[in-house]
Amino acid sequence: MPDVQSMVLEFVNKLRKRKIEGSQATARCTVELLRSVISHHRVPHHANQASALIDAVKAVGAQLVAANPVELAVGNVVRRVLHIIREEDLSLATAAVAGLDLLDASDDDEDVNGKGIGYTAMSAAVVAAAARSTLRPPSLQTLLEGTPESATVPYTSSSGADSESKTADKSSITRKLKHDVIEGVNQLIHEIAGCHEQIAEQAIEHIHQNEVILTLGSSRTVLEFLCAAKEKKRSFRVFVAEGAPRYQGHLLAKELVARGLQTTVITDSAVFAMISRVNMVIIGAHAVMANGGVIGPVGVNMAALAAKKHAVPFVVLAGSHKLCPLYPHNPEVLLNELRSPSELLDFGEFSDCLDFGSGSGSPLLQVVNPTFDYVPPSLVSLFITDTGGHIPSYMYRLIADYYSADDLVM
Amino acid sequence: MDARRGPLAVPKVRRVGFFTSIEPSQDSPRPNRSLSGPAEAITTSSSPLSDSPSGQFISPVQIPPLRHRSDNLAAASRAAAPVPVPVPGPSAFRRQLASDRALHVGSYNPVDSLLGTSPPSSNGEVSEDSGSLFGFQRSDSAKLSASFPNGGFDMTMRVRAPQESEAKVVIASTSDGRKKNVEPSGTSEPVAATKPRKEKEQKSLKEKTSKAERRAIQEAQRAAKAAAKGEGSKRAGESSRAKPSKTAKQTQPKKDVPQVTSSLSEKRTVSVEKERRMDVPQAQMQYDDKSRVDKAKRRSVVEQTESKNKVELFLHLPQYERGNQLPNLSSNIFTLDTIHHAVYKVGLQHLAGDLSGDNARCIAMLHAFQEAINDYTTPPMKDLTMDLTGKINGYVSFLIECRPLSMSMGNAIRFLKNQIRKLPVDLSEPEAKASLCSEIGRFIDEKIILADKVIVQHAVTKIRDGEVLLTYGFSCVVEMILLYAHEIGRKFRVVVVDSRPNLEGQKLLRRLVARGLDCTYTHINAVSYIMGEVTRVFLGASSIFSNGTLYSKVGTACVAMVANAFSVPVIVCCEAYKFHERVLLDSICSNELGDPDAIANVPLRTNTKHAKTMDNNKNLQFLNLMYDSTPAEYISMIVTDYGMIPPTSIPVIVREYRREDLLL
Repeated sequence: MPDVQSMVLEFVNKLRKRKIEGSQATARCTVELLRSVISHHRVPHHANQASALIDAVKAVGAQLVAANPVELAVGNVVRRVLHIIREEDLSLATAAVAGLDLLDASDDDEDVNGKGIGYTAMSAAVVAAAARSTLRPPSLQTLLEGTPESATVPYTSSSGADSESKTADKSSITRKLKHDVIEGVNQLIHEIAGCHEQIAEQAIEHIHQNEVILTLGSSRTVLEFLCAAKEKKRSFRVFVAEGAPRYQGHLLAKELVARGLQTTVITDSAVFAMISRVNMVIIGAHAVMANGGVIGPVGVNMAALAAKKHAVPFVVLAGSHKLCPLYPHNPEVLLNELRSPSELLDFGEFSDCLDFGSGSGSPLLQVVNPTFDYVPPSLVSLFITDTGGHIPSYMYRLIADYYSADDLVM
Repeated sequence: MDARRGPLAVPKVRRVGFFTSIEPSQDSPRPNRSLSGPAEAITTSSSPLSDSPSGQFISPVQIPPLRHRSDNLAAASRAAAPVPVPVPGPSAFRRQLASDRALHVGSYNPVDSLLGTSPPSSNGEVSEDSGSLFGFQRSDSAKLSASFPNGGFDMTMRVRAPQESEAKVVIASTSDGRKKNVEPSGTSEPVAATKPRKEKEQKSLKEKTSKAERRAIQEAQRAAKAAAKGEGSKRAGESSRAKPSKTAKQTQPKKDVPQVTSSLSEKRTVSVEKERRMDVPQAQMQYDDKSRVDKAKRRSVVEQTESKNKVELFLHLPQYERGNQLPNLSSNIFTLDTIHHAVYKVGLQHLAGDLSGDNARCIAMLHAFQEAINDYTTPPMKDLTMDLTGKINGYVSFLIECRPLSMSMGNAIRFLKNQIRKLPVDLSEPEAKASLCSEIGRFIDEKIILADKVIVQHAVTKIRDGEVLLTYGFSCVVEMILLYAHEIGRKFRVVVVDSRPNLEGQKLLRRLVARGLDCTYTHINAVSYIMGEVTRVFLGASSIFSNGTLYSKVGTACVAMVANAFSVPVIVCCEAYKFHERVLLDSICSNELGDPDAIANVPLRTNTKHAKTMDNNKNLQFLNLMYDSTPAEYISMIVTDYGMIPPTSIPVIVREYRREDLLL
């Protein structure tokens, strides 16, 4: 499958060169790539379907994540796909077990429940364990029961079923699994594409008449959210911080105005001055960490602090693909990215300053231009995801629904 | 008339007598001046009118005008020109004529011409004589003027008010009424005939307003005293037409005498009260107050067009379009005579945004004032204190039109006005000017330059080796501190945080790097990224209010807040002359709006036309705030010329030191 390989390489290059901007676009590209990886994946006949697929996806995922470790959406989506594979596999297995159970239920019921000695009972028990391990949230018990088994379970179960019942055709199961996984991935694509609408639907619950809303950075989610409230005949005013070195606030303001919202563009430095007249701060996240912390466009932390100081609600909009199952450590530095100094300083104007230190080795002038900012969970009032509103301390639980514990470390 | 008398509120006005001379009729202001102590004396001496040696003392005697009018009616009619501003030292007679004529014609600048009349009237002997003999007449005339509704008092009050031009308007409007009253006397109708009427008026006045009465009495008193003094020197028994009033005079003085002291002391308390009132900071102009804005607009030199797309939240601040009026203004820099060219230049620099930094703006303004004062000559018959204050007020309102004043400039202006007010009376005009200029120079040296040096000395003790200092924007004090610390060999690193649209930090960065300091440059959004490695934050200030609120370049509050969140000490460096006794809670109520286009224009080459195309959409506004206020809780320490203090000590400094420095 050279075509898939080339696609992967191309995408990796794009990621590495930061050609794709925005976590949503990245997520969509990633998931589409993974879909083609899965659909082109040719499984050896006697091999374990699911584990083979997982391995393939993991391999590609590792490449993608390495290409842009800061873009957490890539990792999130890879984990989601892995999770889908496991789930589909499990549901297939449980379906098979259920079939067996139905067959066996007539003669030896207690064997299945208790410690049976028959093949069927054995496999059913293993499947049950596997089902527990995958369906359950990560817990001490699942860890103790042994996660590596879960990958091998389907194999034993399928082979057991195969050898025992002779009804299940290996190729049909393979096709079934792949088909189901691709269905699941398609659903994920759909979900990622539709997360704006899902979030925007809740706008009406949060924005009332005559509200003054501050936002910063350019986020499609925020745009849709505000416009949804506007369509419901709520009239309110939006302050947009321009987002200095990249001026994405100007883009957002332009689109808001095009949709008929009262928009005022302010400088980033005026955030503190204006916050006292603002009713709500709404921002779009770049990523939401498992502890409830938010990685957002640079300057967000300042706005969050100011909002906290003035007791203004700080609301973060995040599609589910932005929920990252990792706990951050020193995210300001480790999950950040420094952009070109030319956005801040005109090299032409400052050429005389820039090479001042060249003689002594270390340059005198350094320019820091980070892309992201980390907001600790204590400053966030509310997350609005496509599944509804959540508080920061609940995010870990929400995240557990989307990912399986085995994939946290890739 | 009675109805109009109300607002006269005479007693509040110091030296009112001076302005009563507007009454063409007769009474002179002079007497009061010479009487009322040093403050007034100076005015006479400095005025070019002092050409007549006796002028200072004699001037009081105002009766002569009547004579002139009646006598020289013919002469008046042929008087060459209605010269409103007499040449210093022409023949008194001629001036008299001119003013006379002006009175009749009714088209004049009343202040000038009328004031012009007074000294000639003093015509040496005549006046003195009449003064001594006919004290009553003088008082009478004072009353007369008081009884004239828009007469001198009202006007003087206006003149004291900051807007000189407004005063002129009022005066112009008064001219009518005055003319009416004057006419009879002018037409050589027997003075005696007018007298009774006046007396009647005076009486009715007495009955009605005790204040006015008291004032009139006092006036009379002064006149009498002055005249008595003058008498000593010269005396010519003349004043045939003053005689009729003799009787009247004789009736009055006895009653007046005992009151002198009380009225004087009262006056003093009034003036003290007034000073106190002046200390209270003026309420800022609210630009959503339609009538006041219209009024201001009528006076304005700079024709600002209001921007179409105003931000609703800031309607109380001026929101004008920028840059369109600069060319015309700069073209008539030397043709404009109401504003001194040095002041005009500073104003245009403000308008164009060439001057930035509070100290720079303040110093530029003070230098311009210095120049203006140097070139200033008191118009004849005018009092230097009053006229110069009026002039300065005119300049200040021009500067405000160009750009709202910073708090420190307001403080400096207050200082200057106080200096003018407190000029010793016995100074001649050149001396007064020299003393004012040197006072201004002292202010600049002591309050700004020396203060900065002291601050540097203090602040440098807070910089240790290996520290990482963060500063925001450009503050000249902070720059001095950093350079000095580098000079004395401290090893530290500087983080310069900058923000759009001014990008002043680049200026600082350039200077620091040129001197070999280790610098890191970043923008304000990244401040929480960089704050982790910072050990101290140094901030400049535009002003500090007495509730400890720091009023400074927009963004300062953000930096201080983030520093506070990271537990980094925030040190504010501010000269004490920038302290202000106002209080401020947020950045909305008092602020300044910059050019919105500066925000609309994005320097990025790739997507420059972001919002530019949407310019005319009424839904899209650009808000360019210039200042913000940092709550005191974010400030660890304020370094000022009085030492290093916590923000809670600001009101103490304002109260204890400001009074002594600026007001005494």
